[in-house]
Amino acid sequence: MTTLDPNIKFSPAALAKVEEIVKQYPEGKHKSALLPVLHVAQAEFDGWLSVPVMDYVAAILKLQPIEVYEVASFYSMFNLKPVAKHLIEICQTSSCWMCGAEDVVRYLESKLHVETGQITADGIFQVKLVECLGSCGTAPMFQVGEKYYESLTFEKIDGILEDLRTQKRSKYVEVGS
Amino acid sequence: MERRILLEHDHVKDIHTLDVYRQHNGYKSVEKALKTMKPDDIVEEVKKSGLRGRGGAGFPTGMKWSFLAKPEGVPRYLVCNADESEPGTFKDRYLMERIPHLLIEGMIVSSFALGVHTSYIYIRGEYFYILEILQKAVKEAYAAGLLGKNILGSGFDHDMYVHPGAGAYICGEETALLESLEGKRGNPRIKPPFPAVAGLWGCPTVVNNVETIAAVVPIVNDGGEAYSKIGIGKSTGTKLISASGHINKPGVYEIEMGITVEDFIYSPDFCGGIRNGKKLKAVVAGGSSVPILPADLIITTAAGQPRLMSYESLGDGGFATGTMLGSGGFIVMDEDTSIVKNLFTFARFYHHESCGQCSPCREGTGWMEKILKKFMAGKATLKDIDLLWDIQSKIEGKTICPLGEAAAWPVASAIRHFRSEFEEYVKHPQSIQDVKHYFRLNNIEQAV
Ligand SMILES: Cc1cc2nc3c(=O)[nH]c(=O)nc-3n(C[C@H](O)[C@H](O)[C@H](O)COP(=O)(O)O)c2cc1C
Ligand code: SF4
Ligand code: FES
Repeated sequence: MTTLDPNIKFSPAALAKVEEIVKQYPEGKHKSALLPVLHVAQAEFDGWLSVPVMDYVAAILKLQPIEVYEVASFYSMFNLKPVAKHLIEICQTSSCWMCGAEDVVRYLESKLHVETGQITADGIFQVKLVECLGSCGTAPMFQVGEKYYESLTFEKIDGILEDLRTQKRSKYVEVGS
Repeated sequence: MERRILLEHDHVKDIHTLDVYRQHNGYKSVEKALKTMKPDDIVEEVKKSGLRGRGGAGFPTGMKWSFLAKPEGVPRYLVCNADESEPGTFKDRYLMERIPHLLIEGMIVSSFALGVHTSYIYIRGEYFYILEILQKAVKEAYAAGLLGKNILGSGFDHDMYVHPGAGAYICGEETALLESLEGKRGNPRIKPPFPAVAGLWGCPTVVNNVETIAAVVPIVNDGGEAYSKIGIGKSTGTKLISASGHINKPGVYEIEMGITVEDFIYSPDFCGGIRNGKKLKAVVAGGSSVPILPADLIITTAAGQPRLMSYESLGDGGFATGTMLGSGGFIVMDEDTSIVKNLFTFARFYHHESCGQCSPCREGTGWMEKILKKFMAGKATLKDIDLLWDIQSKIEGKTICPLGEAAAWPVASAIRHFRSEFEEYVKHPQSIQDVKHYFRLNNIEQAV
């Protein structure tokens, strides 16, 4: 029996969301709720899934912790380590590469004074390379939280970083919406 | 000229809302199907239409539907494949973002045809903002009595849910998708049994692509025969093409199947020609998985016929001189593009996305990426070209799902048509531009 961390709890809004999600699947098939609920958990707990958070998710979905770990580690959107407030995910696949994705990476690295993967000293930004995000016709592009930023130019990137600097953490799920 | 059937109203203001969608004939097919047709009539119309799956494989949809097992007392499911992760493909995104109700309408009539009372739209997790658009549209449909109990007084009940993935290309493979929808890792299942017999939670299930399901709407409205008259031969209807790369007008185009590839690339109605007045070098016509073709073979078949945008014409010549329509992800490369480096981005992609269940795929994709890294680093020898060929040839037909083949075909075709370019990387590594930055990003050891 795993002991749960008493400090890790969903907000009432997140709990309501979980309840709504579980209802989408037939009786006894609540395991299907795991991916959407992990998205909610990641949004609730600073953008990543710690072991205590995964244990908590296992408990509320009545699953074994291993069922949660093995799933969380399979999917690339689940972060198993702490991340910056704004994770900038740059597509580097074929069409984006052809249309200048490497220049975007280089520009971001020099502007933010970090290498890909590292978190900026103020904890605000982190650059990550990802594969095709379905935005190939508007390459180069990156995604931050829910939002797609497309047909990027250096000028556009300056504006985006300026905006993000003052914004809250970008969330994949606006809990309770 | 585009032939707009699915995208007829995509530019109408607020077409994503139920009211505006209905003002433009939206949900007419639901009224027609539920009030005047029997489920089997609809399956018959879909068969007549000649519609083939738009997810990549091109399997006849009506036939797939007729395989669905219907044991007494067991629920059946319809699952929409909105995982769209094949590099170069972004058509489903466009359709769902602009006209979410078209997909929902198609899901309702398809479910009625299949006797399905619960359906799911499995959408890739990165498309989260579209999940919200779809959920809003589903809510509107419930409120208008188009979903839920006794739809439009017909006695037909149907519930629909939208379910997000979480970043895994393999979950586009239909059995991996079902595993994922059951809350597990996306490991493809061994077939048989096929989903039509044992799919979601072991129940009979149909999995169809977004565009396939949307196409059922005009088929029900205008009849299968009318639809079958659009297009050419066994490539009936229209196809959404995602065009990207070095072209003047990238974007999603709805074409009537049968237009020439040349027209598609150069006409101002479509791609508008190659950017910056450059020449065409190569095209990946159907998403990253299909064989790449050099300019001459994509414009004209080996037999000297103009190549057409259709399943048959793109496939003409087999893999020796042809390719596939695939998902319709049309990636265009100009004369300055390095085929080897583009291939490296694909190899890295497939290695990253292999689920790891089968050794030929898990190890083979890793080896192919590693050898291509050697080319990038200027460390490859001529023998590595043969080694690469050898590895790709040992994957095909030896794996649980087609991802292994999808990884092998781009490698085989690049070597087949562009061998001299691989040799160039071996002979003149100093000509590789900008290596330092590139090495670091891809963890390639410093070499040249
Ligand atoms: C590795 C892999 C990835 C796939 N990705 C997708 C996808 O993103 N979307 C899709 O509709 N089909 C995808 N498919 C094809 C599906 O397995 C399946 O054939 C399709 O959803 C059936 O729908 P259709 O008959 O309407 O095309 C993929 C197949 C493989 C092997
Ligand atoms: S072929 Fe590759 S992706 Fe498909 S099941 Fe085997 S290891 Fe997984
Ligand atoms: S290649 Fe970058 S979004 Fe598709």
